[in-house]
Amino acid sequence: MAGYTELTKESVLWMYETMVTIRRFEEQARREADAGKLRGIHSSIGQEAVPTGICALLRDDDYVLGTHRSHHHCIAKGVNLKEMMAELLGKATGTNKGKGGTMHIADIRKGMLGANGVVGSNIPVATGVALSAKVRGTDQVSVVFFGDGASSQGSLHESMNLASIWKLPVLFVCENNRYAESTPFEYSVAGGSVANRAAGYAMPGVVVDGQSALEMFEVAKEAIARARAGEGPTLIEAQTYRYMGHMGADDPLGYRTQEEEDYYEGRDCIKRMEEHLLDSGLATESDLKAIDEKALAAIAEATKFADESPFPDPSELTTDVYVSYP
Amino acid sequence: MVQTQGVRQLSYIQAVNEALRLEMRRDSTVIIMGEDIAGGGERDDFQDAWGGPMRLTKGLVGEFGRERIRDTPIAESGFMGAGVGAAATGLRPIVDLMYVGFLGVCGDQILNNASKIHYMFGGKVNVPLTIMTGTGAGTNSAAQHSETVYSVFTHYPGLKVVVPSNPYNVKGLYAAAIRDDDPVIICNNRQLMGVRFDVDVPEGDYTIPIGKADIAREGTDVTLVGMSYTTRVCLQAAQELEALGYSAEVVDLLSLSPMDDEAILESVRKTRKIVIVDEDYPRCSIASDVAALVAEQAFDYLDAPPKRVNPPHTLVPYSMPLEALFVPTKEQVVAAALEVMQ
Repeated sequence: MAGYTELTKESVLWMYETMVTIRRFEEQARREADAGKLRGIHSSIGQEAVPTGICALLRDDDYVLGTHRSHHHCIAKGVNLKEMMAELLGKATGTNKGKGGTMHIADIRKGMLGANGVVGSNIPVATGVALSAKVRGTDQVSVVFFGDGASSQGSLHESMNLASIWKLPVLFVCENNRYAESTPFEYSVAGGSVANRAAGYAMPGVVVDGQSALEMFEVAKEAIARARAGEGPTLIEAQTYRYMGHMGADDPLGYRTQEEEDYYEGRDCIKRMEEHLLDSGLATESDLKAIDEKALAAIAEATKFADESPFPDPSELTTDVYVSYP
Repeated sequence: MVQTQGVRQLSYIQAVNEALRLEMRRDSTVIIMGEDIAGGGERDDFQDAWGGPMRLTKGLVGEFGRERIRDTPIAESGFMGAGVGAAATGLRPIVDLMYVGFLGVCGDQILNNASKIHYMFGGKVNVPLTIMTGTGAGTNSAAQHSETVYSVFTHYPGLKVVVPSNPYNVKGLYAAAIRDDDPVIICNNRQLMGVRFDVDVPEGDYTIPIGKADIAREGTDVTLVGMSYTTRVCLQAAQELEALGYSAEVVDLLSLSPMDDEAILESVRKTRKIVIVDEDYPRCSIASDVAALVAEQAFDYLDAPPKRVNPPHTLVPYSMPLEALFVPTKEQVVAAALEVMQ
């Protein structure tokens, strides 16, 4: 559980380690896919800072809901790496017993209420999670991540309206990585801004540098405080970039320029955090190296666990369809 | 309403209202969301203005307040999804989908989330959501407000579907649905709402198990299978067949998923003839499914092929004389029964 309230040495180092772990996990997941152990992943490399800066502030009993591209959300929310990797490989020991896979990882114990393969589909669900917290009288918050593509789905607009009139404790977090598969944001989003849409639903709409975990933290801190205080939802547009193709197999240079890729990779969230840590004296080069080695060791252990785990028993085909079915 | 001696008569609407009230008293995690279910939104001077188009939720806001009785904006995808999320995190929400035709607006939330979350998450998250929805033709409402389409929900693993047929069983099925840990869709046929039933509705709370059919009338010559409104049609047809000298058994399905296959098979093994009466579109309908069940598992018992009575493969017309040709009638059922008994 993160649950930090301020930017301190401890919280900043937690964010750094989390982002490094996400990137190393995604690199390994890519290798697993290339080896044919699963058909493919939607890599979150480049977008690590967005959930990391937010989840640093969340407790285990707060909720996160994600998208088809959600490995980074899961890791930032504290989902077990071994169970995640096992899930990617469809193993019985996976978070979802091998029934969900890369697009549906969920772990209710950690407040990860699931990735979702249908674009925009989780936004109303997250709104209901926030409603539940309100009706049950808790101060839990619900955070839903979605892409710039989903910002055009009616589900977002219906949910923002509902959350606003009911003052629900929910953060609508758009990870604007500039492309919905290959379709550019500039083409598909009228007015060129997701954040501006908040005005129509009487909630704050904030644009933030999604390649900076520190800035994500500061913006989220305010939005979470507002949600916990019963003042309602916030829309956050985190401007970020997906370094890989949509699902790995596609070459993004088919629809975007090398110059643009270089620009965003030059603002890489991990590199910038390293600079911050070194410049401010919060860590040394050897501290950073140790963190990376720790992450690599955790991923190696997760991969070994996944490889050695059994596939689900054939009887699992028809279990878990219902809680009870006579 | 005239009370028969010793029988507590309620209308279908009153029975639904009573079930909701009792379940909300019993369990503080039960909430209801939907369009105009109370009416008036949060205006203090217009509370309980509406109660839904069928008045199923009339009066509940006075007892339970706005925190638990929530008028929603017209945003079926938004509030259906909110029901899913609330159900996954500690509430037992009831979502009112005013007419089942609006499935078209919120299909993603029902068909992709409510039905699939429990399975996709390895059985680790439950979705105890209840959806109540208005079904059925015969109200001069045209094609978008008159469907049944329960077969669509039934097709999806992960969803349960119940089709009450009278005030007694609707009250018990509501209680069972709300207490169930899976998503349950309750189809309320609007033609059942304006008619009188001579059935006793006990005052306290009770449940009717989901997945059990009811033998609404015992008989030996032919099995008539009904669901929701068509059970009423089957009972009327059985009376007429009796006058003609035939004994018809009426199996009231009550639940379409799970379906009580054994009750159907047991009846048909006895009567050796079956007519299935279904108001849904004929292709891939419940009637087709039951006919296949009987053909596969009771073929040797059959004296005649299973007979389906569905509307034609058409949409529900507006004009009342045309609409009367859509919904299965007593006369059609009697004719079908006589045909299989020939």
